[in-house]
Amino acid sequence: MLSCKQITELVTEYAEGELRLLDRLRFQLHLGLCRHCRAYVRQMKLTARALGRLPESELPPDLEQELLRRFESWKGTRG
Amino acid sequence: MMRRAGESCPTPTMTPPSAVPGPTTPPSPAGAPDAELVARVLAGDRTAFTELVRRHHGPLLRLAQAFVRDRAVAEEVVQDTWLGVLDGLARFEQRSSLKTWIFRILANKARTRFVREARSVPFSALGEGEEGVDPARFDAAGMWQDPPRPWGPEAPERLLEREDAVRVMEAAVAALSAGQRAVITLRDLEDVDPEETCRLLDITMTNQRVLLHRARTKVRAALERHLRGASPC
Repeated sequence: MLSCKQITELVTEYAEGELRLLDRLRFQLHLGLCRHCRAYVRQMKLTARALGRLPESELPPDLEQELLRRFESWKGTRG
Repeated sequence: MMRRAGESCPTPTMTPPSAVPGPTTPPSPAGAPDAELVARVLAGDRTAFTELVRRHHGPLLRLAQAFVRDRAVAEEVVQDTWLGVLDGLARFEQRSSLKTWIFRILANKARTRFVREARSVPFSALGEGEEGVDPARFDAAGMWQDPPRPWGPEAPERLLEREDAVRVMEAAVAALSAGQRAVITLRDLEDVDPEETCRLLDITMTNQRVLLHRARTKVRAALERHLRGASPC
């Protein structure tokens, strides 16, 4: 049986579908028996999903003005 | 090998012709699909360009900061990228998403900058030490003796309602090694697939997975340290 430490090392390979069938079954068997590892795997998933929702920085007005100036000169070069 | 003919715009595959406005009354570009914005930018529409830039600035700045930590330099790379986008937009074939295409331009600009400054692009996982959960948390058999405790928030929305948790995640990502930061930025923050991530960073799939694993492990650990003992919300 896999140890808890091994579960924490294999969790990304598992999530990415990269574990071979036998290792995948071992992983799932351990999760079925160990609530601490279930919590760990859940927290890793939560972390990844929360990262995808982090707020983005907004475009600073001076950079927007600079890019618009470049846009106008780009338009000019295209005739 | 698509060629642009005269003033014609790239043919959008998903956009009905009626969605491309005439030159007299352009509708607001907010919410317009990227393909429509591209057509309008090529026709010289300033508001469409502004919308395109606003829409993609956040992701581009994040990716630039994965290549160069310094915010001011990252903003320069983003600026260079937009000039590259304007120069190449007529050749954009929409085989990939616009975001992916712009990311490729940014990666090239950032790489050129690295070469000019005689620095190697440090995205390999090689040379990094073994990193993972603190070994002291396991017993001799590798079983938890200090197991993870419930965090309270169990959904991303709930977690992100907490400004402190957002700050912890941002700081944890910023503190990662360049390779880990680049991979987690693309994979988790920007939802880029593993193959494209490897192409953008010029790394192998194994490398990519190792970097992603270490990055997620560290960000989770930072959240755990912060939330440990905190009362559920």
